[in-house]
Amino acid sequence: MSAPPFEILLVEDNPDHAELVKRSLEDHPIDNTIHHLSDGEAALAYLFRPGVDTDLRGHHRPHMVLLDLRLPKVDGLDVLREIRNARELDEVPVIILTTSSAESDVKKAYQSHANSFLVKPNDFQTFDELIKALGTYWLGWNHDQGKALSKSSTTPRRVRNQTPPPYSSSEGS
Amino acid sequence: MSQFETKTMNGNALNILFVEDNPDHAELVMRSFQDHRVANTIHHLTDGEAALDYLLRRNAYSDPQKSPRPHVVLLDLRLPKVDGLEVLKVIRSSQGLEKIPVVVLTTSHAELDVGKAYEYHANSYLVKPLDFEKFTNLMDDLGFYWLGWNHYPWPGTSS
Repeated sequence: MSAPPFEILLVEDNPDHAELVKRSLEDHPIDNTIHHLSDGEAALAYLFRPGVDTDLRGHHRPHMVLLDLRLPKVDGLDVLREIRNARELDEVPVIILTTSSAESDVKKAYQSHANSFLVKPNDFQTFDELIKALGTYWLGWNHDQGKALSKSSTTPRRVRNQTPPPYSSSEGS
Repeated sequence: MSQFETKTMNGNALNILFVEDNPDHAELVMRSFQDHRVANTIHHLTDGEAALDYLLRRNAYSDPQKSPRPHVVLLDLRLPKVDGLEVLKVIRSSQGLEKIPVVVLTTSHAELDVGKAYEYHANSYLVKPLDFEKFTNLMDDLGFYWLGWNHYPWPGTSS
């Protein structure tokens, strides 16, 4: 029997951005499934509503959460705080993926224990590179117990000629 | 402490605090960062007490010039003098340090270590691969991700 796929909860109200994320992770070597929700309230309901697919405390435990900050109904930072208040979700990486690079947002996110803060690039190609780098790192390398249970010791496939992130590029201006 | 500096095109350099007592692992990591085109200053320390002195700017590191606040901490767990988990705990409970992303890089995949690290809000937990090539690959990907893509609560040092 094969391990269940790596489950990503994607909370994103912009349908184009959601589509881009899905497409970039589609052919990732680690089998993954993306559950997409478009507002903060739906995300909280999904994570905290007791149901068949949850653990005993009624929490649903994805392997990773990709979280936008500006969301309808419940703000991304509030979703993040609720997740971090739930001890059972301690090990679930929450990656902020937003258009805002405002210092106050970055600070608040880390204060509320976001694992990482990523700013959406403006162009499609760089966006795709970012999501692929995110996939390589978090699906492939990062270790947590939930993941250890669900996944065999897959090592990330090397993406040769990986494009360096914009900050490190020595080409262009 | 060893240190080297390079610069990016936009002149922003990140400070990395790297705490590792195993000289072989340290060399691998340092070499990988040196190869990286990303600007950075790495401060390598070999025990938990020195790491706390650096972070809290006491004893040998009371001069802030010698101990710039790191953007990211790369932390081994089994360390002499003060354990890595204790270092993490102090970071999370110290004003001005609590938001620093901490990436644990260790040989341990013991449930207790993983659980405690996340309880103290480690941003990421990495198990050192035993295989040399995999270790190098991990360092490349770690470099791309944390030094290239990730955003930090405060800007890099412009120069």
